[in-house]
Amino acid sequence: MKKLNIFTKGFFKENAVFVMMLGLCPTLGTTTSAINGLGMGLATTFVLVMSNIVISLVKRQIPDQVRIPSFIVIIASFVTIVELVMQAYVPDLYDVLGLFIPLIVVNCIILGRAEAFASKNNAFDSMLDGLGMGLGFAMALTILGSVREILGSGSIFNISIYKGDGALVFVLAPGAFIVLGYLIALINRLSEKA
Amino acid sequence: MEYILIIISAIFVNNVILSRFLGLCPFFGVSKQVGTAAGMGGAVVFVMTIATIVTYLLQKYVLVSFKIEYMQTITFILVIAALVQLVEIILKKVSPALYQALGIYLPLITTNCAVLGVAILAVGTDGFGLIKSTLFAMSSAIGFGLALVIFAGLREQLDLTDVPEGMKGVPIAFVTAGLLALAFMGFSGIA
Repeated sequence: MKKLNIFTKGFFKENAVFVMMLGLCPTLGTTTSAINGLGMGLATTFVLVMSNIVISLVKRQIPDQVRIPSFIVIIASFVTIVELVMQAYVPDLYDVLGLFIPLIVVNCIILGRAEAFASKNNAFDSMLDGLGMGLGFAMALTILGSVREILGSGSIFNISIYKGDGALVFVLAPGAFIVLGYLIALINRLSEKA
Repeated sequence: MEYILIIISAIFVNNVILSRFLGLCPFFGVSKQVGTAAGMGGAVVFVMTIATIVTYLLQKYVLVSFKIEYMQTITFILVIAALVQLVEIILKKVSPALYQALGIYLPLITTNCAVLGVAILAVGTDGFGLIKSTLFAMSSAIGFGLALVIFAGLREQLDLTDVPEGMKGVPIAFVTAGLLALAFMGFSGIA
């Protein structure tokens, strides 16, 4: 498999959110604004890349029966690192993302890639796979966050676009579901035409 | 009185799926039929309640006592993984039919953000002792099951209606979930 392909498939063909429908909880829960979505996406990318690398390095040492729990421990360790680093260096973002940061450990994308790719490939390819899927995920989150922020708060990345308030519902729970539904419909349409 | 408030708040006002965004993967995966949805809901009630009790005790007597709170994520998820294994084994013996029906979704309760999320929320809420945490977990799981069963009913109906081509399947399911979430927002006037 071409190296470049491993990296790019996470952006469009196998995009975690729009195509594979994985990692939905943080997708809907942290995209109240563009910057929140981006922050969450990058934190998840870090955990995904690091755990992919480590798992592909130790894959031969792990007995098959304890495969999944071992993966979970490795992933949980990196999530704890991300938690502590974010708490120290970006406390505002840490407070906004709240519960969803420790929930990165149960993000189906990370365990999914560990099982499907990292446990069967070398460290460099696993890093590329993690980077591609993670950044694709971050891209999806940023897009969703931007749409919700523009429609709901009238700003993007905290820069005000139009005067007055947006439609509050888009920043709240129902809006998240509805916007994502239409985005997926749009992307399905675009990929059919392409 | 406080207990009733916890129950109503966890089931309706701050519904685990429709308001807190936890447990979404099974929400869209298992909700195609009411029967399976109900079975999944029951399994989650069991796992979530016991997981919260165990993690609460762990947090109080181990993590805080030895000042290793940063181990919370790792220990909690391991406890949940072990519990789900246990439920799988028990279910296989007690009700093989339900075990077959749930299929892959049973081990997926481990990665269900709802179980880990509720456990973390319970230990993080001030003034929540063991009883209130257990009540909170049980009510949250009931709310999860409720949303799941309602959504399954909605989806069964959606299959019979005339949906525009581009919206068929996933997109219309999401929009419907959004409308359901909007309906549940009406409960916020109660608490």
